[in-house]
Amino acid sequence: MLDQTESYTTEDGRTIGPVVMEMKNITLRFGGVEAIKDISFDIREGEIRAIIGPNGAGKSSMLNVISGFYVPQEGEVWYKGSRRPPMKPYQVAEQGIARTFQNIALFEGMSVLDNVMTGRLTHMKTGMFWQSIWKGKAEREEIENREVAERIIDFLEIQAIRKTPVARLPYGLKKRVELARALAAEPTILLLDEPMAGMNVEEKEDMSRFILDVNDEFGTTIALIEHDMGVVMDLSDRVVVMDYGKKIGDGTPAEVRNNQDVIDAYLGVAHD
Amino acid sequence: MATPLKRADGPQSVPALLHRNATEYAKAPAYREKEYGIWQSWTWSQTRDEVEALALGLMELGIEEGDFVAVIGRNRPYLYWAMVAAQMTGAVPVPLYQDANAEEMAYVLNHCGARFVIVGDQEQVDKVIEVRDQLPDFERMIYLDPRGLRKYDHSKLDQYTAVQELGRKTRDQHLKEMEARQARLNYDSRGVMLYTSGTTGKPKGVVLSNRNIIETARSSSEFDNLRQTDDILAYLPMAWVGDFIFSVGQAMWTGFCTNCPESADTMHVDLREIGPTYYFAPPRVFETQLTNVMIRMEDASRFKKKLFDTFMAHARKVGPAILDGKKVSFADRAKYALGELMIYGPLKNTLGFSRVRVGYTAGEAIGPEIFDFYRSLGINLKQLYGQTEATVFITAQPDGEVRSDTVGVTCPGVELKIADNGEVFYRSPGVFVEYYKNPESTQSTKDAEGWVATGDAGFIEEETGHLRIIDRAKDVGQMADGRLFAPKYVENKLKFFPNILETVVFGNGREECTAFINIDLTAVGNWAERNNIGYASYQELARHPQVMDTIQSHVEQVNESVAQDEMLSGCQVHRFVVLHKELDADDGELTRTRKVRRKIIEEKYHDIITALYDGSDKVSTETEVTYEDGRKGSIKATLEVRDAKVWPTAQKMAAE
Repeated sequence: MLDQTESYTTEDGRTIGPVVMEMKNITLRFGGVEAIKDISFDIREGEIRAIIGPNGAGKSSMLNVISGFYVPQEGEVWYKGSRRPPMKPYQVAEQGIARTFQNIALFEGMSVLDNVMTGRLTHMKTGMFWQSIWKGKAEREEIENREVAERIIDFLEIQAIRKTPVARLPYGLKKRVELARALAAEPTILLLDEPMAGMNVEEKEDMSRFILDVNDEFGTTIALIEHDMGVVMDLSDRVVVMDYGKKIGDGTPAEVRNNQDVIDAYLGVAHD
Repeated sequence: MATPLKRADGPQSVPALLHRNATEYAKAPAYREKEYGIWQSWTWSQTRDEVEALALGLMELGIEEGDFVAVIGRNRPYLYWAMVAAQMTGAVPVPLYQDANAEEMAYVLNHCGARFVIVGDQEQVDKVIEVRDQLPDFERMIYLDPRGLRKYDHSKLDQYTAVQELGRKTRDQHLKEMEARQARLNYDSRGVMLYTSGTTGKPKGVVLSNRNIIETARSSSEFDNLRQTDDILAYLPMAWVGDFIFSVGQAMWTGFCTNCPESADTMHVDLREIGPTYYFAPPRVFETQLTNVMIRMEDASRFKKKLFDTFMAHARKVGPAILDGKKVSFADRAKYALGELMIYGPLKNTLGFSRVRVGYTAGEAIGPEIFDFYRSLGINLKQLYGQTEATVFITAQPDGEVRSDTVGVTCPGVELKIADNGEVFYRSPGVFVEYYKNPESTQSTKDAEGWVATGDAGFIEEETGHLRIIDRAKDVGQMADGRLFAPKYVENKLKFFPNILETVVFGNGREECTAFINIDLTAVGNWAERNNIGYASYQELARHPQVMDTIQSHVEQVNESVAQDEMLSGCQVHRFVVLHKELDADDGELTRTRKVRRKIIEEKYHDIITALYDGSDKVSTETEVTYEDGRKGSIKATLEVRDAKVWPTAQKMAAE
């Protein structure tokens, strides 16, 4: 087992850094329902970490714990070497964690560019006073941030829809816009909740390419939930497998694939 | 009435023109590209600095005089500079089609023996790496966009900016030698090599000299009064001779500004933002735009639709006459002016044509309605006729003499003659030097006196001196009973219907003509939507009975009009099928410039052709298709063969 602070190099030449986020014995309850039962795992800097599991396994709940939307009843979240106190989601966002949603959550009436710009909000510091005066500080800030947004737009190849209202876009593109907005925040950790759900093969290939490129170009750490096993096995460095709120496997795709518990969970074994 | 050939005094090479522009128009914009949502621009003097830096970098990497440098990618200023930089070092640029697959690319790279390859992005890098084993001469590749390339082995790979940096650092070492090389360039040195798209067989490398480039640029710029302040949008393949002459030749000669779109998808938005004054597009682009306008007008409110129809009818009546400066009554002019305010102006603005002073279309025949539509709006759209071997220009329509059925009069310095079999020959200062490493083809195309065979059959109208093209000379044939067979003539008539995208007519040496038809998915799909007709695929839509009926009525209309022409009435289409897949360049059915490859189609679909002639009403077929990434699959389908009504020729009895 690697030390938490050690780095290593993958077969394809990427450097995976030390642990950046650690979940310690997380338990999350909704009333009498235990959605997550005593789960621990870590995320290393620069890696693509997948969380998989059958429906209702607690994957999205786990992501919501990471993003600060849910506060677990038990357990600790450690981020960049210190324990993270319960926070509001915007505070988590300010710490460099951005996410996309399973059911796209964009501002439908706004243009793609405006949506991506909202991803920059945590980086914009001028208050309402300066923004209403516009000239000077606020304008400078807008220009700087617009440039970042434009680079992301260029990166994800959505220039042609820059000014198109999101409501008019097909599903696959909306997913890409959501990724763009998350990236605009220049996050340390990017959380993707089923980035490929409901896509056709071509769209999935595009999205996979973008996820790999983001990881490669910006060195962004990525944690993702995904149902398509082929995609997960190809993309991720390490995989956490959940079933009924419990962790049943954790390791490289090859290790996970051969894990008997995982095979049972996916192929179906009578639970008695 | 050709003007005598004479050497233009002054710059004798493209780099020399660049130096002239950098001095004379130092602060004027030379190139613009939209990047990160903003138009970035470079003046002529900045352009020279950029080009020089790259050229010096290439010197440091060991480029030799006479080397061929391949340039592959979408239209970007950096790649245009790469071509000029190669010329500065005494090398010869060879732009390649960026959508060519790896094997096609391997052939060309091997044929010219390029040591250096300059590419746009990862996609092109991958293709070249894939075929590197087949390229003994290959040494280094330079790429523009570093995205996704960080982990690649950089022993034979450099980033464009890194090469420029290298050039700036080693400037003192190489400047003298580079200047000496530039001084050695003259009118006779090779300026560029362009590969023909290869309608038949392997592509051929057409070598153009500096004389070809500069003389053509000069005379064509004068013909159309191009100015230093003009703007063009460079969006057609860089490997195509037209783009080279417009964006490099003419741009360097007149010093106008070349604008590059952000990406292929944003072309229309960028067109609107730039509002070019000099614009070229193949008929297909004009067709698509018109189709889009019409589709959107169908969805407009009744009042707007009425307004549009009224004023467009008026524009059709008097617009072309006003544009040609003919006599038009005051009332008509006043109404046209009102229309300009209400409809034409805004429409032109939407299309990005507000400032177009000179617009050209070429490559294929353009439908008269389409042509008239744009002219009636007051857009000076004209036709020209040319080919790679002529450095584009053979004939062009002068202002005021524009018609949809001719390709214009001879360009300055061009002579024309028509051979006995109807084939058009020309001679001009633009005539190419040779086909690279292919003296036999050079000889069979260009005779000792410099006459070049176009391969097209046509005739010169006596009254006006305009050239009219009927078809490819080799495609013109005879039917079994000796009547003339000119497939393109009929195909063009069919393609003028918005529902028909592509068609191939057969009939050489046969009793009657038959046709393959491709529906246009945009137009037919829109119709299906409007009529609540559901379809899951192209294939399903193509075989829908109502679609078949519509196509049949189109074919019959064409037959009726073909029957009017005594000479060509044998070409009426007796039977046809609507194909289950679009003809595609990836499957080798079309050239990269989207021209039909008859031989290949005939071989590939021989079973369908048999069915067209043996009287059966159905045919089952299986076709291999190639996906964009090179994988292969197959489509199975059962196609319905339909009979179309044919019309008797009035003069037929007399002719027999």
